[in-house]
This record gives sequence, C-alpha cells and structure tokens, in this order.
Amino acid sequence: MPPAANTRHALSGRHDFDAIAGWIRSGAHVLDLGCGDGSLLRFLREARSATGYGIEIDDARIIASVRNGVNVIQSDLESGLSGFESSSFDYVILSQTLQAVRHTERIIKEMLRVGREGIVSFPNFGFWRHRAQILAGRMPVSRHLPYHWYDTPNVHLFTIRDFETFCAGHGVRILERITMNEDGQRITGLPNVFGALAVYRLNEERAG
Amino acid sequence: MQTSSLPGSVGLVVPARAHFAQPMRLKSGTAIGEYDLVYETYGALNRSRANAVLVCHALNASHHVAGVYADDPKNVGWWDNLVGPGKPLDTSRFFVVGVNNLGGCHGSTGPATLNPATGRPWGAGFPLVTVEDWVQAQARLADHLGIESFAAVMGGSLGAMQALQWTMDQPSRVRNALVIAAAPKLSAQNIAFNEVARQAITTDPDFYGGDYYAHGVVPRRGLRLARMLGHITYLSDDAMAEKFGRALRTGTIKFNFDVEFEIESYLRYQGDKFSEYFDANTYLRITKALDYFDPAAPFAGDLTKALAGARASFLVVSFTSDWRFSPARSREIVKALVDNRLNVSYAEIDAPHGHDAFLMDDPRYHGVVRAYFDNIEIG
Repeated sequence: MPPAANTRHALSGRHDFDAIAGWIRSGAHVLDLGCGDGSLLRFLREARSATGYGIEIDDARIIASVRNGVNVIQSDLESGLSGFESSSFDYVILSQTLQAVRHTERIIKEMLRVGREGIVSFPNFGFWRHRAQILAGRMPVSRHLPYHWYDTPNVHLFTIRDFETFCAGHGVRILERITMNEDGQRITGLPNVFGALAVYRLNEERAG
Repeated sequence: MQTSSLPGSVGLVVPARAHFAQPMRLKSGTAIGEYDLVYETYGALNRSRANAVLVCHALNASHHVAGVYADDPKNVGWWDNLVGPGKPLDTSRFFVVGVNNLGGCHGSTGPATLNPATGRPWGAGFPLVTVEDWVQAQARLADHLGIESFAAVMGGSLGAMQALQWTMDQPSRVRNALVIAAAPKLSAQNIAFNEVARQAITTDPDFYGGDYYAHGVVPRRGLRLARMLGHITYLSDDAMAEKFGRALRTGTIKFNFDVEFEIESYLRYQGDKFSEYFDANTYLRITKALDYFDPAAPFAGDLTKALAGARASFLVVSFTSDWRFSPARSREIVKALVDNRLNVSYAEIDAPHGHDAFLMDDPRYHGVVRAYFDNIEIG
C-alpha cells in the first residue's frame, strides 16, 4: 500500500472507506444505509464532494450524524426504501451493515432499485482467523467481528463465496471487488481465506 | 429586550409593537389597509445580521416564546424549555424573534381590534388569513427589524407549516427551516375536527354572527368545547391513560353528570382557562388557515414540485404517538425534499405524548434540535 493511502486510513478511521471513496466519482449523490454517526458521508463529502443522505434507526446516532453535519433520515432499513425514487442516487452504500440486516434479499433489491450502483462491504466470515476459532470450538471474535455471540448486532454472517453465490443467483452483477486483511492492506490471493473485509461495487443485471 | 438573566432563561421580556401602514394583499383577494404586529426578541442581532431565528406559533400560542413578564411572572413563554441561553435554540448565539400572527388575539391586529374605518371591532368583518399571508406579514416584520435573511425559521404544528411556507415564498431569506410535528396539508379527519370546533363556536348563542363584542359577551361555551376537542387530539390514548386513566375525582361513581372522571375535570379546566383569554373569531380563522394550507395544490398535488424553488436546509421532526400529524405526514415532506436533493435531516422521536410532544423537553428531540442549531453558521 502506498503511504498516502495509510494516511487516509487514519483520517477515515475505517478500512473500507478508502476503497469506497476510490470508486465514487467527484460530486456523486449517495445514500448510505445504516450510516452510524455519519463518518462515511462526511468523509465522502470532504474527499469526493459527494452529496446525499444517510439512513439510521438509532436515536443517538441520528444526533451524532446531525452533529457531524451530514443529512440523516431516521428510518428502519428493514421496511425498505419506499421514500426514495428509483435510480435517484449514483451509489447506495451498505458499509458493514448487510450482516446486521434481517431481510437481505429485500434490501439488496431495494439498494439496486434506488441506486444506479450499489457498494457493499462486509466482514468475511471465511477469514482464516475466524475459521481457526471455529475449529477451536468458539464463535469468532476479531477486529472486524468485534462482538461476542451474545451481544452481536449481526444476524447474517457470511463468507465472500456465499456473497458471490448470492449475487449470481439474484441477478446482481459484480463490477469490482477489493479484499483486505485485518490491517486494511489489500490482498489478492485466496481472498476467502486471507480477506478479513470485502468491498464490492454492484449493479443490477438487466434482462436482454 | 430582556433585563435579568435567570440561569437558562431569557429572563424578563417586554413585547414590542410594529405598525405597518402599507396595505397588504391577502390570498383571499381582499386587502388589509394597515395593521400592527406584536413581537418579542431575545438575544442580540450580530454585526453581520446573520443570526436571526424566527419562531412561528401554532394555534393558541403567541409572540411570547420565552422568558417571563415582570408584572406576570407565572406567564412563561410557550417554548421556554427550548429557547434561552444554553438551551437548544441558544439565545447567547442567536437573535430570536417571536411574533403574534395577523388575525391573532395577543396584541397583533385581529378580529377584536378596532377597525379604523368603522371605529368598532373588526369582528365578523376581519378577513380570513392564510399561512401565506402570515409569512408575508412576518417578512415585513423582518424588513422592519433589518433582517435580510433568517439563519432559521422554526415552528411546531401550524408553526412548522409557516416555516415550510417560508422556504417556498422567500427562498433567499431563510437558510434553515425546522419543521416539527407538521403535515404538508390537513387530512379530511383533521378538517373534520376543526369543523366541529368551529360549529361549537358559531352555534353558541353568544356568538352573534361574530359580532359578540358589541353585546358585551363572548361565546364561552363554544370556545370551551372547541378547546376540549382540541386537547383530545393533541394527546395520545396512552398519554391520557397514563395521566388520568379512569381515575375518579372522589373515588366513587355518583350516577350524575357532574365531573366524575379526572379526564373530565382536566378537559373542563382547560376549556374554561382557554375561554378566558382566547378570541373566538381568531380561533375560527386559525383553524381555517390550517384547513387551507396545501402548498402542493397549485402543482396538482405534487409537493416535490411545490418545493422545487426552496433553497434552505431542513430539519424535520415527528413523534411516533402523534396521531394528529403522524410521522407518515412528515415523511411526505422529507420525500419531497429528498426528491429535490435539498439538505434534510429527519428524526422520528419515539415519544408517548402525542401531538403535544413538540412542546415537551424529550432529550432525544432537544438533542437533535441542539445539534442542528450548533451547526448553523451565523457569520
């Protein structure tokens, strides 16, 4: 990794932010699903002059997002994106959120309806450290899966291979993929084993 | 304008009066020749005149937004929990303006005011005013105060409708709009409640077609009923259950029509209090202004088109237990703003108090309002 990118890691705080910012063109209109405290939107505004909105359900994170100066709309992702017109965003982002969503198929479908492209990042359950912990008889705890089995917000853990199978079966075209290790360094070999975090750029496969 | 400073309070306040001699054309097609607006201000207008916030009132409130009067220390401003030094709308940073709307009964020209043409109270002859008319009058007050553009216009309920109207009618003069517990237009059910309230007033034998002033009476029974009905719609079923339940005043049922349940006592008290100070003709006109509010109407019902000219940033807040203007109504506003790619944040507060929640000091609600104001630049 070039040192400049590491500096940006420090700025953005999350490894997937740089990958996402690298894909988003300047001035893009984005919707961030499960935007937390608005850090990604703020980062994209500063790095890419992006505009747009975050969606968040948690009261404290709504206040944190407003304090961060980003647009945030309080709503439950599980009930869909009915308040948004089709193709009204350049990108719809699920940054480390998909594994905490119950209605996976619905949200991916909605994401690719509202956005011309979707960006999804998630912790890879197939990462070798996770595999090793399972072999040792324990549920994995790692940098990108920091929760214990009893306090995790995650409801659907999955691997890189699972996700790509899902995409193939649901008319989702993978445009680009970045995988990285626990330190955010990009890796290419055996991604489902050495990748701790995966980031995808997607769109909808149209008939014909 | 304020003199003392209790902690967190703007302290003692004194209302001011502005006279407008230039006739104003109203949406109804008539005009009003001259009028007064009564207002209060808190904090100081800064050198760049960029820190002014207009607070618009709803049905029964007034220009008295915060603080107290020296001769009436119990009369605390209606949004005092939100407006003051160190409060979410911080008067040590912002210059806050509260104004009694045209047609009101708290000092601004209204039906109870003497009509200079006749020397008698306007009464039934006072024109029907709309949200658009109020915005126009408020803009003239802004001119009078030397405010070119507001850092924010804010309101709850009918006040929020004025804030929304500001962004459409005066897009260059409002940088932020805080739209709390609002609806983009009234539903048939909303209008129905208003009509029952109006019928209660107009069928009161003391109404005299609206010219009751000459008879030295007020349609007190009608006002009481209107207010009792209103109160039922401002509270949620849960809030009423919690506050009153089926509690009895004396502990036993007495098999008569006196006050038995606590809720009856509460409604009668609220009705009595209201009929002491509120003008019936004003009530009729304000409910009509609510009914008429429909900024999307000239755009075939398309609120997105209605807001296409807006330039402000928005904070929209609703309350889950508000069945008068439910969160779904606020989401209609949010969608129209998102469609126009305007800056908007939206908070849906899970509060039990019904429509009245916008007047309460819920920490999530006040937290988001505070965070929003803290980010407003004031030059």
